[in-house]
Amino acid sequence: MSDRHLTDDPIAVRADSDQYWDLRLYVTGRSPNCLRAIGNLRRACEEHLADRYQIEIVDLLENPRLAAEDQILAVPTVVRRLPQPIRKIIGDLSDAARLLVGLQLREPGRTRT
Amino acid sequence: MDNTALTGSTDIAAGPELAKAATGISGLDQITGGGLPLGRVTLVTGSAGAGKTLLGLQFLVAGAREHGEPGVLLTFEESAAKVAANVRSLGFDLDELQRDGLLVVLSFRVEPTEIVTTGAFDFEPLFLTLDDAIGRVGAQRVVLDTLEVLFGVFGEDSTVRAELSRLARWLEDRGVTAIVTGERGSSSLTRHGIEEYVSDCVLVLDHRVHEEISTRRLRLVKYRGSAHGTNEYPFLISARGFVVLPVTSIALDYAAPEERFSTGIARLDHMLGGGLFLGSTVLVSGTAGTGKTSLGAHLMNSACARGERALWVLFEESPGQVLRNMRSIGLDLRPWVDAGLLRMWAARPSAFGLEAHLAALSRLIEEVSPSVGVLDGIGSLAHGAASPEVTSMVARQIDLFKARGITAMVTALGHGDETSNLSVSSMVDTWLLLRNIETNGERNRLLFVLKSRGTAHSNQVREFVLTDHGVELVDVYAGAAGVLTGSARLAQRAAERDAELRRTDELDRRRRELHRSISERESHFAAVQDQLAAERAELDQLDLRERRHVTSADADRLAMAAGRWADADPNGGGQR
Repeated sequence: MSDRHLTDDPIAVRADSDQYWDLRLYVTGRSPNCLRAIGNLRRACEEHLADRYQIEIVDLLENPRLAAEDQILAVPTVVRRLPQPIRKIIGDLSDAARLLVGLQLREPGRTRT
Repeated sequence: MDNTALTGSTDIAAGPELAKAATGISGLDQITGGGLPLGRVTLVTGSAGAGKTLLGLQFLVAGAREHGEPGVLLTFEESAAKVAANVRSLGFDLDELQRDGLLVVLSFRVEPTEIVTTGAFDFEPLFLTLDDAIGRVGAQRVVLDTLEVLFGVFGEDSTVRAELSRLARWLEDRGVTAIVTGERGSSSLTRHGIEEYVSDCVLVLDHRVHEEISTRRLRLVKYRGSAHGTNEYPFLISARGFVVLPVTSIALDYAAPEERFSTGIARLDHMLGGGLFLGSTVLVSGTAGTGKTSLGAHLMNSACARGERALWVLFEESPGQVLRNMRSIGLDLRPWVDAGLLRMWAARPSAFGLEAHLAALSRLIEEVSPSVGVLDGIGSLAHGAASPEVTSMVARQIDLFKARGITAMVTALGHGDETSNLSVSSMVDTWLLLRNIETNGERNRLLFVLKSRGTAHSNQVREFVLTDHGVELVDVYAGAAGVLTGSARLAQRAAERDAELRRTDELDRRRRELHRSISERESHFAAVQDQLAAERAELDQLDLRERRHVTSADADRLAMAAGRWADADPNGGGQR
């Protein structure tokens, strides 16, 4: 599944709804992976969800117990709290296409049909 | 990773003993010589349902309750509430331990369906969580159950491996004694090879089903720096938790009392040089219907008659059936049962797994605390499982008796030869073989003493007869015609008795004849003596008469001379 193929298909991007996106990004301090993830997430949201999203950054170093409470095993993790259902995207989000699939901004199967 | 652990087995005995953390699991601490390596990571691997989680939990509970070592459980498989509910029936109150600050239970549920990975990541939150939990209760024990779930979520990612390796080192650096569990792989210890990161101690739990009987086994694959038993040990999950059943005879340190214990059959006692040694084990083997159970009944009867408690474990018949059958040979054991001296326990070999049999026996021995026990029909355990497993089980059962100094009799169906199909003969002290022999259209029973350690025992074969007053041992007739038993023996007896009668008759006749002859000769001798005496008397008479005649003749002559007034005779004549 190539990046070019995906972006060529505008139907795949469900950016035209009035759905509000509530995202939370879990990080541990300022590790390189986390810093990259923050940048990648912001960029993707600006591109596809301008004015319809909110990103909350949670540093687990400050409150380690949140990891177990929110079931965060790895960092960086983006949790899509809204729209339901909850989705988790783990990693530095360097693969933009996978990030969009993960956030279900794009259906993975749509490009084929 | 430091390499200070001893690797040479010779060093183990001489070197300082590794510090250990007791698991609180009876049997496991025995096998490991005290517990898991302190401050190190132990891998517990096994298939699903093998008891990995329970082992880990028991380790934590024992630490918290008995050793003042709080613990942390991090589970990836179930919710914390579910884990607590699962072990509540075993008497583990995880909630209470958590309230008392002795335990932290954390769970991470990872749903592969709601997770997508993209790009680099690490498991720092896992470390943070553990670090926080360890710090919160001052934990010294940590259980991670089952780490391999991570591979299911993240795939065979090199990040996962690197992070697991880091986690193992981190746990050691923290100085906690940890258990990580893993799924058993088809060709490796764990499905994802996590044994690579945990190299100090590896325990494998096995739950196999053979011919519909499940048996649980535990094996200590590796224990760096410590001597350990390498066998497979059966274990069970009982109402009190995880129980491992090691063979305690590893040490062979039973007491060997000199006292004897009667088998209840006087002639058998005599054959054994006075009876069984107290606390010894007798194997009675023989083909079907040779009277093995009857021998057991005698042993039970004699023990109960002395007021001792006895345990009779039946693998082939029900107690009622055995009691009835034994009454037919004149042994009424019912009163002993009623008096609470004799405990009979019957269990179909296939009713449950072998280790459960063993556990049941262990519990019975504890309950009854008998001075003598009989395991009747152990061979039929083999119907339920493969033979090597049965052998090891029987060995452990014998061991249960031996370790407590209980005199035991084990009866097994054999094929009449001297090689027992359950190779337990080396474990027993005395081996009695019962054999059927078929001659003249009848079957008779023979009893041999194949071995009896430490006693001068009879090398004689005895015929084993079941009478209405119990078992009797009868001398067999061994002669030119071979060993005779049953009616052949009786016929031989009769023939011998006839011959004996004929011989005594002949003697009597001869004796009478001689008596008669002697008395004849004596009377003859008396007659001759009489005649002799008569003749002597006559002879004396004759002599007397002769002398008298001479004297009177002289007197006559003198008288006549005087009468004739003859001339005086110058010679004086009759005046002499």
